[in-house]
Amino acid sequence: MSSFVEVEDVSKLFTPRLSVGERIASALGSAVETRSLHAVDKLSLRIDRGEVMGLVGESGCGKSTLGRIMAGILPPTSGAVRVAGQPVMSAGRKPSKRTTRVQMVFQDPFASLDPRMRIGETIAEGPIAHGFVDRSGVVPYVGQWLTAVGLDPGFASRFPHQFSGGQRQRVAIARALAMQPDVLICDEPVAALDVSIQAQIINLFLKLRRELKLTMLFISHDLGVVRHVADRTAIMYLGRIIEVGETQSLYQNPSHPYTQGLLDSVPKLVLADDESVTFRPIEGELPSPLSPPTGCHFHPRCPIAVARCKVDTPQLRAAASASRRVACHLAPPVASLAPA
Amino acid sequence: MSQPALEVRDLATHFTTRSGVLKAVDGVSFALAQGEVIGLVGESGSGKTVTGFSILGLVDAPGRIVAGSVKLAGQELVGLSGRALRTLRGRRIAMVFQDPMTTLNPVLTIGRQMQLAILAHERAGSTAVRDRSVAALARVGIPDAYRRLHAYPHELSGGMRQRVAIAIALLHRPDVIVCDEPTTALDVSIQAQILTEMKSLVRDLGTALIWISHDLATVSSLASRVLVMYAGRIIEEGPTAGVLRSPFHPYTRGLLDSLPSRSVPGGDLAQIPGSTPSLLRLPEGCAFRSRCARATELCLAPPPLERSGVRAYRCHHPLSAEVAA
Repeated sequence: MSSFVEVEDVSKLFTPRLSVGERIASALGSAVETRSLHAVDKLSLRIDRGEVMGLVGESGCGKSTLGRIMAGILPPTSGAVRVAGQPVMSAGRKPSKRTTRVQMVFQDPFASLDPRMRIGETIAEGPIAHGFVDRSGVVPYVGQWLTAVGLDPGFASRFPHQFSGGQRQRVAIARALAMQPDVLICDEPVAALDVSIQAQIINLFLKLRRELKLTMLFISHDLGVVRHVADRTAIMYLGRIIEVGETQSLYQNPSHPYTQGLLDSVPKLVLADDESVTFRPIEGELPSPLSPPTGCHFHPRCPIAVARCKVDTPQLRAAASASRRVACHLAPPVASLAPA
Repeated sequence: MSQPALEVRDLATHFTTRSGVLKAVDGVSFALAQGEVIGLVGESGSGKTVTGFSILGLVDAPGRIVAGSVKLAGQELVGLSGRALRTLRGRRIAMVFQDPMTTLNPVLTIGRQMQLAILAHERAGSTAVRDRSVAALARVGIPDAYRRLHAYPHELSGGMRQRVAIAIALLHRPDVIVCDEPTTALDVSIQAQILTEMKSLVRDLGTALIWISHDLATVSSLASRVLVMYAGRIIEEGPTAGVLRSPFHPYTRGLLDSLPSRSVPGGDLAQIPGSTPSLLRLPEGCAFRSRCARATELCLAPPPLERSGVRAYRCHHPLSAEVAA
């Protein structure tokens, strides 16, 4: 059975360019030590049509790199991403034609819009180039998408600096939607916004999702936001997905020790006068992705690690519940079906 | 009752710009008891950071403290010369900034920066300086502290850098530390570590903290009292749990309701309409008026600070909440 979006064994290696001396040394046959960074490590992920997949992880875990690979902005080192069976971009060099079925919304609406283009031009550029609309129909076309994101169609002739952060993010969303994508990759789309504006943009995503039946990858470090918008959630740690499952069950009953630790780290609102500690930190620091720990990447920080975790890399496997997959040797087995 | 560690009264910091006078902080008053932790909460542009900067006399032109007073253990800070302020800053009152990447000097080792911070206020031998630095780093949970003295900031992670910044702020055991969004740039697991360290430091050393943040949950887990700022004014204050449980001001209520954790997953979030008004063109009366569902003609007049027990708010139409205990 194939899913709508398939990420198959995708890896991304960033290798620093060798200096002249190192290149000569390497040409002369001496072994030059190259330190490459495994941003994404043989990762597979499936998203069904119309599903919102949340992707959570700390900085440096590779979640943005994965988003960019899925959007076809960055070629993977190996592996492939397919949308409805069609490759978005396969390993190696630039493909001749990129897909327009996947579009992306970036974190910082101050950096992702060209300050010298009127927002109408920004929104219309892609659709004109790809023939979704001809020049005579541009004005109503742009107006239609501005309306869809809750902006006045008359704003099309304004420049980005005339908008607030929340409005700019609406423009960025309109630009992505105007390409009529099937899949929307959102990389921390609300992280740069104030709490009250964040709620407006989250509501917009929920509305668009209902109306346009969009399939989404929603990347965020904010566990609360992901819990609110995602049907399923994947947790990433140092280039690998360590747990993926149905969002509510994953938050209520996390199976991987890292997921548990991450959820415990988030401070909760204290509403009682005597309640004090509402969070518990994970011990230690994120290891350098240049030299990740052997075996399970999480074992040096894991409270329950055993000897096996140091040598044996756990693979994602069904655990805890039927819809959950966990990369941990110690994850509990799938609960046997309760009697009907 | 003993003297407060810090007392801010009617503080006003204005910026003179080409388009007019921007009232970033407009009549802020509060007192901080010794060893107390208060949270200063607001969205961007609410004046929370400028309040912190004003307390330490760090506001640069075109900004200026135009009125009010800031008293550190009874001593007036507003109007002090730069030299006089420098003898206090770092020793009696310190600040931790948001971005640990830019607050440390990139070309000096951690040890050298700590040495400079110590020698700025007292004479000490190199062994004593080193021992104190190691002790300060160890206290904020930096492993292998002695070796870290020789490290440069770029060799440390963001979380470690922020710990170093906190260690430097703690060197002279100041009475008051102003923390401006110190964990905003950090990951949640690192944030939890820093919050845990801060809690035990405050408990052990009796330092008073002003914790500036936009994150209500972080503030609620740390601060006993919270001040909510909007458009340069404190619009609500009181014991944290009480304010968050039953706010008087519609803005506080709106902030709380817009948190995803407070609603059904997948359902629409309660949102505050509109956006923060420009400080150059503040509406007359209550600044929140145009975004408020409860606003009436009464709100055209600026709401005075109403007190209700230990709580206070600026609103003509407060939410009929339970009166705080």
